[in-house]
Amino acid sequence: MIEFRLDARSGVAPYQQLVQQVRQALRLGLLQEGDQLPTVKDVVARLAINPNTVLKAYRELEREGLAAGRPGLGTFVTRTLADASLTAHGPLRKDLTRWLAKARQAGLDDDSIEALFQDTFRASHRQGVA
Amino acid sequence: MIWLSWRQFRVQALVAAVFLAALAAVLGVTGLRLAHFYDSSGIGACTAAGATDCDRLQLDFLDHYHSLRVIGSLLIGAPAIIGAFWGAPLIARELEGGTHRLVWTQSVTRARWLAVKLAIVGAASVVVAAAFSALFTWWAGPLDRVAASGSRLTPAIFDQRGIVPVGYAAFAFTLGVTAGLLLRRTLPAMATTLVGFTAVRMTIQYGVRPHLLAPVHVSYPPPIYDQANSPLGTNAWVISSKVVDAAGHVVATGDPAGFSTNTLAAACHGSPNLPDTFFQQCADRLGLHNVATLQPASRYWAFQAWETAIFLALALALVAFCFWWTSRRTA
Amino acid sequence: MTAALEASQLGKRYGQRWALRDCSLRVPAGSIVGLVGANGAGKSTLLHLAVGLLAPTSGTITVLGAKPAAGAHQLARVGFVAQDAPLYPGLRVAEHLRLGRRLNPGWDAHAATARIQRLGLDPRQRAGHLSGGQRAQLALTLAVAKRPELLLLDEPVASLDPLARREFLQRLMETVVDQHLTVVLSSHLLADVERVCDHLIVLAAGEVVLAGEVEELLAAHRVISGPARDPRRLPADQQVIQASHTDRQTTLLVRTTRPILDPAWTVSDVGLEELVLAYMSRSTPSLQSGDPGAVLHDAAEVRP
Repeated sequence: MIEFRLDARSGVAPYQQLVQQVRQALRLGLLQEGDQLPTVKDVVARLAINPNTVLKAYRELEREGLAAGRPGLGTFVTRTLADASLTAHGPLRKDLTRWLAKARQAGLDDDSIEALFQDTFRASHRQGVA
Repeated sequence: MIWLSWRQFRVQALVAAVFLAALAAVLGVTGLRLAHFYDSSGIGACTAAGATDCDRLQLDFLDHYHSLRVIGSLLIGAPAIIGAFWGAPLIARELEGGTHRLVWTQSVTRARWLAVKLAIVGAASVVVAAAFSALFTWWAGPLDRVAASGSRLTPAIFDQRGIVPVGYAAFAFTLGVTAGLLLRRTLPAMATTLVGFTAVRMTIQYGVRPHLLAPVHVSYPPPIYDQANSPLGTNAWVISSKVVDAAGHVVATGDPAGFSTNTLAAACHGSPNLPDTFFQQCADRLGLHNVATLQPASRYWAFQAWETAIFLALALALVAFCFWWTSRRTA
Repeated sequence: MTAALEASQLGKRYGQRWALRDCSLRVPAGSIVGLVGANGAGKSTLLHLAVGLLAPTSGTITVLGAKPAAGAHQLARVGFVAQDAPLYPGLRVAEHLRLGRRLNPGWDAHAATARIQRLGLDPRQRAGHLSGGQRAQLALTLAVAKRPELLLLDEPVASLDPLARREFLQRLMETVVDQHLTVVLSSHLLADVERVCDHLIVLAAGEVVLAGEVEELLAAHRVISGPARDPRRLPADQQVIQASHTDRQTTLLVRTTRPILDPAWTVSDVGLEELVLAYMSRSTPSLQSGDPGAVLHDAAEVRP
């Protein structure tokens, strides 16, 4: 079963983090179709977060068709993201490799590269909000 | 709630039980000896026969056991101690420790909480006081029967017998609880209880008790007072006694035997060694007579009942106050 | 949706000082409310009024539809853990459970015992010898084992180490799921409030300065910065909560229902902490002049 974690300072809403972690797990094959997601009680008992956060995350997954709740039994994965697995997206991967080479040539070390990526990634999220 | 009250009271109850047991042992042993000695000394037979020279036997007997009367002073202190150690911490401890925020948010109302605590510890106080008193009254029986030991209505003796200790204990306990409730700290409450209780007790003892029942005034002429033929009645509680002249002026004050040569020496302008006839003439000339204010010994139980009632009424008033105060919600 | 707790112009005065004044608020059933404010802002006073330990000087407060502590039945529906988790130091853990059983008709003895076992508490240990975290957990057990509908907690984790705090909140959230509780939890640790609460009430100097659903509040506020400008010249629907200026730049925290379209502004979201601090410093004259964040040493906590 998947184990959630929460990064309080990531700037991403908690429920979003849970959704992303499920998606990530699906991509990596850690979650298969039919697997049960942790119960709200279990998540809340481990992370000490509001139960509504978990409910919201699971509703979002249901909306995306990734999971479904079965009354009295729990929430279960309904499909995988095999078609969105990391082995696909060849062109994207090539672009990324090229960019990384450029960044290294410009003298950035690993941490700087990661920081640059995170910052740009977050900024691109926020532009939708303003 | 009963369990909780008892659990909080456990240690105090144990201490009292141990003390009571020790006291019972001491009084039991000495009391039996006292009774035995009374029988073997022949005082009982003597007074029954109506002889008038039982005095010496009586005085002998009293001498023997007078020292044990100090145990009686324990009984005088007992109500105050109960008030301070059982009453004062009852509510003060909860407020001081903040545990009222725990217990008043359980599913019992404050009124019920207070009622049970008062009932349990209050009942214990009354029972302990009654036990002390019964024990001591039994113990002092032989002493009391000896006429020369004085009136049972005399303050130091009256307080240690019968049912008044129960009234005192009830009042001291409720006074302690009230002090704890108002002061919210255990030690100041204990101190206040001791002081307050003593003040009230003394006020009632000296200011109220003599007037609970209208005192009897006895006026009797000379000759010089003879204890055996006392017109005051056996073992009456003499509240005051004075020697008064024909015009009503007070010539001397003191105990009934004060119509003695010593007391009259000043009024008659003579030395106490002069013969009785001198003083007799002086008394006739000045129109001297004794005026005594007293309470007859037969009123003993009436006084016991009245004083107990007063203290129980005070206790009830304090209980009502405590209920009213706790319902005010200013914690 | 029914209100678990409702106050209307509630006030409490001690002599000349108003500890709480003109408080009107509404706690929806099923929510977890963070009650936030500096020391002395009135958090404890509000909770004590809700639980019947205090009577109001003015206004009214209803809890689960009835007057606080109106009777044994009402008392059974509300669980309370006072500040510093008061317990009887001389009583053992097991005796505290017995206390709960004897004084609460709705007591779930089985759940209470299981909970104590799970927490690793020794039933024979006296409460005076427990650690701070253990005391808090025992006090919480006493409050929830009577199966209340509403749980009020007065700074339950303020004096606990981070591990004990985390464990306390874990058990609390678990219980919320199990028993469908409404919780009002006062705290000045905003990180915890953000994690756990879906509603917020901010008190400052005895008054409610901010109240509402956390998500809505965060969505309704923005920090905008741009070239120096007079805040009074903003559109009417943008309420300035806090302003700070340099000679070149103006930064404003605004409350608004509509998107900010002026291209001169750089708009960003507000974090909960920033939002709460801004509202708190509004009513504290000494902090009004500067950026409230600069006053703090530890950004994770709120201190006066």
